[in-house]
Amino acid sequence: MTEWIAAGLILLGSTFTLIAALGIVRMQDVYLRMHAATKTGTLGLGLICSGAMVMAESWTARGEIALILVFMLVTAPIGAHLIGRAAFRAGVPFMDRTEIEPGCEQFRAPRQHSGNDEDA
Amino acid sequence: MIVLGLALSGPLGWAIMISVGMVSVAGALIVWRLLSGPSVSDRVVALDTLSLLLVSFLVIFSVASDVDAYLDAAIVLSLVAFLGTVAFARFIERTVTEDPEDD
Repeated sequence: MTEWIAAGLILLGSTFTLIAALGIVRMQDVYLRMHAATKTGTLGLGLICSGAMVMAESWTARGEIALILVFMLVTAPIGAHLIGRAAFRAGVPFMDRTEIEPGCEQFRAPRQHSGNDEDA
Repeated sequence: MIVLGLALSGPLGWAIMISVGMVSVAGALIVWRLLSGPSVSDRVVALDTLSLLLVSFLVIFSVASDVDAYLDAAIVLSLVAFLGTVAFARFIERTVTEDPEDD
């Protein structure tokens, strides 16, 4: 029974990682690609780690898998946020159908370096 | 049957075989994006996801081979991948906001 549960979890997790890769290939924007990769990839890794935790023999191995999982859950949003901010400041263009809320036009991304207006 | 040098059988064996196939296909797709990304940020996103895929592959492989040492490798790989992502993000920001006094 444990074997069936672990098999299902690992299969589901690798399906989610495959969906993340498809999102990276098919999406049209850095921001959309990051959205697909980060969330779906983290979910896939979480499911795979859960399956491995079900099949682990010792509590040491379970602890290590939990450590991997916690570390990925903490660092994946931070990394995605850093890359997203860097891409936005570097002026990586949006896709064509991106709409900007009225009144926020000055925050639009393509701001090829315009002097010393950095705020960080 | 023998896959990856391991004798796999039962439902878990089938699941591991299919999962390794799917993770490999995902890695190939991400490598394509890594090679052909229009901007540097695309490549960094692809690299980040590739390291996540490698971590999940190591976890699957440790289940398949019953060797716990691969989990240590996965922990170290996730640490190094996060440091690499932060470094690349800093690099992208620094190449854009180039002030004369900011070296």
